[in-house]
Amino acid sequence: MTTAAATTIKARQRPGDRIFSSATVISGSLILAVLAAVAIFLLVESLPAFVAGPDDFNGDITNFWSYVGPLVFGTIYSAVLALLMAVPVAIGIALFISHFAPRKLAQSLGYLVDLLAAVPSVVFGLWGIGVLAPLVQPFYTTIVDWFGWFPPLAGPASGTGRTIFTVSIVLAVMILPIITAICREIFLQTPLLHEEAALALGATRWEMIRMAVLPFGLPGIISASMLGLGRALGETMAVAMVLSPSPEVIFQLLTAQNSNTIAANIALNFPEAHGVGVNILLATGLVLFVVTLLVNMLARVIINSRKAFSGAN
Amino acid sequence: MSKRIEVNDLNVYYTNFLAVEGVSIVIEPRTVTAFIGPSGCGKSTFIRTLNRMHEVIPGARVEGEVLIDGNNLYGPGVDPVLVRRQVGMVFQRPNPFPTMSIQDNVLAGVKLNNRRMSKTDADDLTEKALRGANLWNEVKDRLARPGSGLSGGQQQRLCIARAIAVEPDVILMDEPCSALDPISTLAIEDLIEEMKQEYTIVIVTHNMQQASRVSDRTAFFNIAGTGKPGKLIEYDDTTTIFSNPSVQATEDYVSGRFG
Repeated sequence: MTTAAATTIKARQRPGDRIFSSATVISGSLILAVLAAVAIFLLVESLPAFVAGPDDFNGDITNFWSYVGPLVFGTIYSAVLALLMAVPVAIGIALFISHFAPRKLAQSLGYLVDLLAAVPSVVFGLWGIGVLAPLVQPFYTTIVDWFGWFPPLAGPASGTGRTIFTVSIVLAVMILPIITAICREIFLQTPLLHEEAALALGATRWEMIRMAVLPFGLPGIISASMLGLGRALGETMAVAMVLSPSPEVIFQLLTAQNSNTIAANIALNFPEAHGVGVNILLATGLVLFVVTLLVNMLARVIINSRKAFSGAN
Repeated sequence: MSKRIEVNDLNVYYTNFLAVEGVSIVIEPRTVTAFIGPSGCGKSTFIRTLNRMHEVIPGARVEGEVLIDGNNLYGPGVDPVLVRRQVGMVFQRPNPFPTMSIQDNVLAGVKLNNRRMSKTDADDLTEKALRGANLWNEVKDRLARPGSGLSGGQQQRLCIARAIAVEPDVILMDEPCSALDPISTLAIEDLIEEMKQEYTIVIVTHNMQQASRVSDRTAFFNIAGTGKPGKLIEYDDTTTIFSNPSVQATEDYVSGRFG
């Protein structure tokens, strides 16, 4: 008996299992390979940019870091603003669909939100220039008049309305569908047991949502926000079309001078770039890659720090 | 604290389907009343109407009255939220909030009343409720840990602690032990015996031994066939129901001839 137990028993290899497990391994490696290929391409192409001298840049920029700094700032600034606008609205829409709307209305609203996700970003860009910017411009003037003492809202207000704040609104509209769709799915998965537990304690509907639905959905809300943030960070067309950029760090939201974003900057300058200029643009792409990576890692850390309370056990 | 429940001719519908028909019953304070009967006979549906939790199910509605110390739960202008603060409920499967610590779970209902509590008050109430649920000694060193880390029986007692922390008049238990092992079941049954001193307790159970062990009065529900409404067949002292019932169907059920 004991000798038999010592030799390990080999499980029979079934062809179905083998095919399936190799398929998953291949898919898994593929994503790694693609990611590595992109990273290596960016890294290799970027190297000349890091040693580029003052001659390689327009204006009075002396090295790569002072070139990319304002771009990183503009990218994160506009994306975070967009996220701040989009997430509360998305949670509201998702809650309405999952817990408040009558079933038929909820379904059609869900389709509508998904449809919004399918609109190409160039359309959002056109909408930003053609509709949104002229529409909000008068408000900007008023805001600057009233709240100009608050530094980010200081004047002079842009005459066209094409500011980083307008860009953020456009980005917020663009990332709204994906955040809403994920939040809705998460909220719908809240166990009925927990909702009933809250209601049986005498919770109103809103209190039930605060006690059971939102805490349960928190990791999902964070994941959804990160996906939205990723899209906002990388968005090119809408930003390139709306924004009139200048190569500085500018905190003011409503003036005609605005920091550009990395992706929009690449799109705007790539057609005329040559020599080291191409490398510089690719290096900014690498920086965007790293920024996105850091943001996602941060989100993971936040989710994991609350793991014991996630209800997954 | 403990209140009398009087139900007059209650019908429960799911949209147009009559699920429970014509129940009239009087439950005295400081007693344990068990509802027994085969699956689908409407005991769970009926117990939910005692704190309006059936309203969570779309299309569910009632006709008739439920009086708690003379106040009709279904009177005009009665807020179901306030009813549920008065009539607590423990469910079939333990359902502590997974995102909350043990202490926050206990205080979840109390905090709903928008009461701002000092830390000492909160700690005292936590201890009182957990002692009331016979759970204090097991969890006193890990109040900040998640409630979902406890065993099933402990989780169910945590849910009971959560229910009694809001100091309700009545506690409804819908098969509270059906997901638990015998030892945990015994712990809950002992607890029910103690809680009887302060609360009116109504318990739905599939386990007839449990009904005979814990309850003072027993109500037997039955159903004539699928698609027919559930009815209250017999309601009497538990000893009478189990030794000398007056209806043949009750005797058949408690003696194990069907169900």
